[in-house]
Amino acid sequence: MAFLRNKLRPFSAAHVGLAGFVVFAACLGCGQSYGQSYGQTKNTCLDCHSTLPDPLGVSQEKFSQDIHAQKGLTCASCHGGDPTSDDADKAMSPKAGWKGKIDRKQIPQLCGSCHSDPAYIRQFNPSLRTDQLDQYRTSVHGKRFATGDTKVAVCTDCHSVHDLRAPSDLRSTVNPVNVANTCARCHADASYMKGYSIPTDQFAKYSISVHHEALAVRGDLSAPTCSTCHGNHGAAPPGVDKVQNVCSNCHAFQAQMYEKSTHKKAFESASLPGCVVCHSNHGIRHPTDAMLGTGPDARCMRCHAPGDRCDQARAALLSNLRRLDEANKSADSVLRVAESSGMEVSEARLGQDQARDSLTKARVTIHSFRTDLVDQDIQAGLKIAAQNLQAGKDAMVERNYRRLGFGISVVAIGLVLAGLRLYIKKIES
Amino acid sequence: MFAAVRRWFDERLDLDDLTAPLRHKTVPSHRLSYWYFLGGITLFLFVIQVLTGILLLLYYRPGANEAFGSVQYIMTRVRFGWLVRSIHSWSANLMIFTAFAHMFSVLFLKAYRKPRELTWVSGVLLLFLVMGFGFSGYLLPWNTLAFFATKVGTEITGQVPIVGKPMMIFLRGGEDVTGATLTRFFGFHVAVLPGIATLLLLVHLLLVQRLGMSIPPKLEVQWTADPSAKREMKFFPNFLLRELMAWYVALGVLGALAAVFPWNLGVKADPFVSAPAGIKPEWYFLFMFQTLKLIPSKVWFIDGEVLGVIAFGLVGLLWLLLPFFESDQPSHMKRWITGLSVFALAYVAGMSVYGLLAK
Repeated sequence: MAFLRNKLRPFSAAHVGLAGFVVFAACLGCGQSYGQSYGQTKNTCLDCHSTLPDPLGVSQEKFSQDIHAQKGLTCASCHGGDPTSDDADKAMSPKAGWKGKIDRKQIPQLCGSCHSDPAYIRQFNPSLRTDQLDQYRTSVHGKRFATGDTKVAVCTDCHSVHDLRAPSDLRSTVNPVNVANTCARCHADASYMKGYSIPTDQFAKYSISVHHEALAVRGDLSAPTCSTCHGNHGAAPPGVDKVQNVCSNCHAFQAQMYEKSTHKKAFESASLPGCVVCHSNHGIRHPTDAMLGTGPDARCMRCHAPGDRCDQARAALLSNLRRLDEANKSADSVLRVAESSGMEVSEARLGQDQARDSLTKARVTIHSFRTDLVDQDIQAGLKIAAQNLQAGKDAMVERNYRRLGFGISVVAIGLVLAGLRLYIKKIES
Repeated sequence: MFAAVRRWFDERLDLDDLTAPLRHKTVPSHRLSYWYFLGGITLFLFVIQVLTGILLLLYYRPGANEAFGSVQYIMTRVRFGWLVRSIHSWSANLMIFTAFAHMFSVLFLKAYRKPRELTWVSGVLLLFLVMGFGFSGYLLPWNTLAFFATKVGTEITGQVPIVGKPMMIFLRGGEDVTGATLTRFFGFHVAVLPGIATLLLLVHLLLVQRLGMSIPPKLEVQWTADPSAKREMKFFPNFLLRELMAWYVALGVLGALAAVFPWNLGVKADPFVSAPAGIKPEWYFLFMFQTLKLIPSKVWFIDGEVLGVIAFGLVGLLWLLLPFFESDQPSHMKRWITGLSVFALAYVAGMSVYGLLAK
């Protein structure tokens, strides 16, 4: 097979005959034609190639999954030749336009010949964009490719070939749940990435991130993957000064707060990458209040000195957040006990959602780095939590009152029963 | 004072003559006499139902938008509203339980045989009505569980051949369970069913009074052979005072359940969310529900659910007419009826427990 691979690579006319012979022999062995399986166009290529080993082999099953095949395209649509001819020599003759194996350097242009043609694409999917090739040319991949670096990704590296599926298909290599794995095939391969001077731990970091958890574990398809922040066809790093613009696509409120904060100016003047300074990039973990603390997860203390004005503000923010968190937990705890005792506290339980929302809002407002704004949310939450706590306590008092009433009733009922028993005995004696 | 009032009424109504049947009425006294209390306890719980139901009516508002809120208001704002609702709900369940227990006691004591066939028929019809009360009342708080249980329940009704679909639409007030279903069920629960139940109850009580308490066949044979062995007690006051004690015990149990386990309100029904996983009907419908679940989707050429519904209909009819298959001679009781009774009790209890434990 190595012989075939080497011989077919240049696809010179002299070798076509030999390849044709091999293909023809395989066709005899096959004895079955899949040529007319797809659409209405006869496609004899698969008659032979479905029996060949990789890299020449393309099984009928594999090709049937390809969106192009499903839309009626055949091998000849990309490789040229005459798929209607049963004669391998004729089918794969340069006269018939046969291109053979597509040179890697030609792939973006070949794909773009259809995908950059709105009139053509409209026939199949009017909403499909046709600027992929243009975008690719602006990407790091595209730019390096233009300089002759063929190691960088081209269309088929990400989308696969011969079994290319629509991105909405969960089995597609570019479905949101699979994008990180697809990018990691190159970007996590240290030996492949040698010479590019970029880290190869992005995938490892992303795999432990809150974003990965949301996407892969919780199945939230709106959670970000590589292409969400870097783009897909126009993939490139967002740039140090533009990171917050990327994050703000989802974290809009945090971004609004950050935009007006003193930190924005400070970070910009120090050429620090905004959100990334505190949250990192690929390995973003679920933020906790401990980030405001002084322990191992502390963020503020990486830059600020202990005891300075900002450190005092940090301590106040942390203290307020913890106060509301504790108040919420206390109210929840009392309400839970009251509810498990059969008390009707659903209104207060629902009210606790508001108190928790206040805490979430306060945590968002932290990005303004203003204690007065955060305190407004904290105070609103504390008020609601206090009301709900009181509702829970009232419910517990009511529960005890009911049980006392029941105890008294039991005694009264017992006395009546004893009296009745004695009376029956008396009248029957 | 009391004597003067009594004399005043006696002069006008001849109270002695009116209460003569009560004074002369007797109840057989034997080791199984305790089973006689079950009917009285069921009656007591029915009265509790009526009284607490009337109190709930003062605040309850039928309607998809208001029902849940009004029950929540009763539970949280109305003074002792929680107690009234909890007692109403618990006594409904206890009443169904005692009604079942009463029916099986009548069955095992052979109290349904001649001349008490009509007492049995009216009693079984009352049991069906009580289950109807349970089904219609369950929806009234308009919570998630009630909504979906009603959806499933009315869907099963729709499986009845020929009349099923129109019957389902009639019950629901349309194709789906909506606010229209709630107002219908409210109407059935507080007007239609109580009216029919009161009439049937009067007939049932009248027959019990007219025919007296049945004696178990073996005892009847013994007492007929040796009349001196016959033991009786006066209905008034001896039996009634004992019954009163049973009512007080029932009241204590009700109070305990209401105080320690107030009836849950649940979450307001949302027709647009999917049904909660593992949804089940109330315990007294579980044996039927579980049976329908176990029947294969197709039995020969008949749809499994349709077959189940037809089977339950036929069994219900057979149950109603059971006394007419029994011998009228105490010494010639049909063994297969006793066997069937034991099987029915084991089946209902077993399937209910299975349904309760099944996921």
